[in-house]
Amino acid sequence: MAIISRGFAGRRSAAEAKLPPGQYLTTDFPVLSAGPTPHISLDRWEFTIDDGSRVLKRWDWKSFRELPSETITVDIHCVTRWSKLGTSWEGVSLDVLLADVKTDSPYAMFRSYGDYTTNLPLKGVLNKQAWVAFKFDGADLAPEHGGPARLLVPHLYLWKSAKWVKGMTLMEHDKPGFWEGLGYHIYGDPWLEQRYSDQ
Amino acid sequence: MSAPMNYLDGNAAGGELSRIFAMDITSAEGQCANCGAKRRFAEAHLYVQCPGLVVRCTHCGHVLLRLVKTHQHVFLDLRGMTYLSVDAAQQEASN
Amino acid sequence: MAGTAVLRPVTWRSARVVGLRDETATARTITLVVRDWPGHIAGQHVDVRLTAPDGYSAVRSYSIASAPNSDGRIEITVERLPNGEVSPYLTKELMVGDDLELRGPIGGWFVWRRGQTEPIQLVAGGSGIVPLMAMIRSRASAGSFAPFRLLYSVREPGAVFYRDELQALSDQDHSVIVTYAYTRVTPKDSPRPPGRIDAMLIAAGTWPSDLGPTSYVCGPTSFVENATDLLIAAGHGRENIRTERFGATGERK
Repeated sequence: MAIISRGFAGRRSAAEAKLPPGQYLTTDFPVLSAGPTPHISLDRWEFTIDDGSRVLKRWDWKSFRELPSETITVDIHCVTRWSKLGTSWEGVSLDVLLADVKTDSPYAMFRSYGDYTTNLPLKGVLNKQAWVAFKFDGADLAPEHGGPARLLVPHLYLWKSAKWVKGMTLMEHDKPGFWEGLGYHIYGDPWLEQRYSDQ
Repeated sequence: MSAPMNYLDGNAAGGELSRIFAMDITSAEGQCANCGAKRRFAEAHLYVQCPGLVVRCTHCGHVLLRLVKTHQHVFLDLRGMTYLSVDAAQQEASN
Repeated sequence: MAGTAVLRPVTWRSARVVGLRDETATARTITLVVRDWPGHIAGQHVDVRLTAPDGYSAVRSYSIASAPNSDGRIEITVERLPNGEVSPYLTKELMVGDDLELRGPIGGWFVWRRGQTEPIQLVAGGSGIVPLMAMIRSRASAGSFAPFRLLYSVREPGAVFYRDELQALSDQDHSVIVTYAYTRVTPKDSPRPPGRIDAMLIAAGTWPSDLGPTSYVCGPTSFVENATDLLIAAGHGRENIRTERFGATGERK
């Protein structure tokens, strides 16, 4: 039975905007990371799509930036309970990246520079639900926020929006990524408060 | 340096890990399963600004230990260490 | 003696605030009487947990500032961080008579034991002085003759914790030598311009490595990395340097 601390409310403030359950509004942009910030030079950067044995698509920075991109404004929700509304990004939609990829694989493991991974169903990243984003708020994405490019999947908790993304491996069966394998929910819908695997 | 250093060290995880280990492992020696480096747990790099706790080898950067607390469970991944060795006599608070 | 491990689980205990003392404009020392306190070693810390009425809780670590004693009392010194969630509460809201939850003492590596006789080099960056002050106080209350030096880096003179006590100690006991380094604003009579600790200051203000000192470095991560690199460059072995990094610890559920 915890001792209640008289007069302590924490950082939360009342929000008029509708937030997913258990979230609070933040105006800053917390930097969360499970490791050191990788520094990837643009002449080394690649994004690849593979099926576990063959590379199906590969872009270097130049060819990636020649793809059609779009500017989007979305709300983001972190499982550590902060939400940031109306964030503006520019990125290439996963619909564009997967346009010529013929696959029956229902799942993908997204991989980042460093050792981070996160798994997603393809149905969760197609149809205007996910981007590989390279600009935030009109400026080049900063390294501590995932630059040069990060995955952005705003309809799920932000741990699915892998920073420093470098590719995706198509999978027949769902397999848990870095956090999903250690207690976090395999899917992660903030509106259903799918934080953990044991709920 | 331009980027702020976003890690602490094993000292800051001592309290959290004492729940699982029923003792203080900050003075334990650990061996990295990836590169074989042997270091004190207190000196390992600790990342806490994330949905869990991640401890990394100062020599090769590999993950030594990860911990996640859900509502009902504590998940602990120790695959990154070959061993943790504690000085049994020193677990007593002696001055 | 060897082989008889005493495994003490570290559980949450209640503590009552019995004293509050401002150290600087932004830092306050809190004196706590802790239920069933097992005693501590200088350098250890406690985790403090605050819980709001709706069950939301936050946990932060604070080094124990006081020397080991047997009266169940400890002191912690808390610096108010501009965007902090817990430190503004502890430095402005908390009142004598309030209860806190804490867990500890924690830490078996970054500690100074009274049986240690070798020269000790303490290097503090900002609030990193707190656990090192516990070591200085522990030495004094034990009547130890171990030679201590402190290199204490702060932004400006008003940011120094425990100044009068450090002054009195170095006046009366010449084996506690204190050197200050100011990074932004120096006092009027300062021989150095403001700046980070560098090789010259290490050479002038710390024990030479051939005395075989054990060094304790504490402060923000970048301070600790810089000071540690300088000590190694001055000939100290990495195995003789113990470090503790302070910084943002993020949210807890």
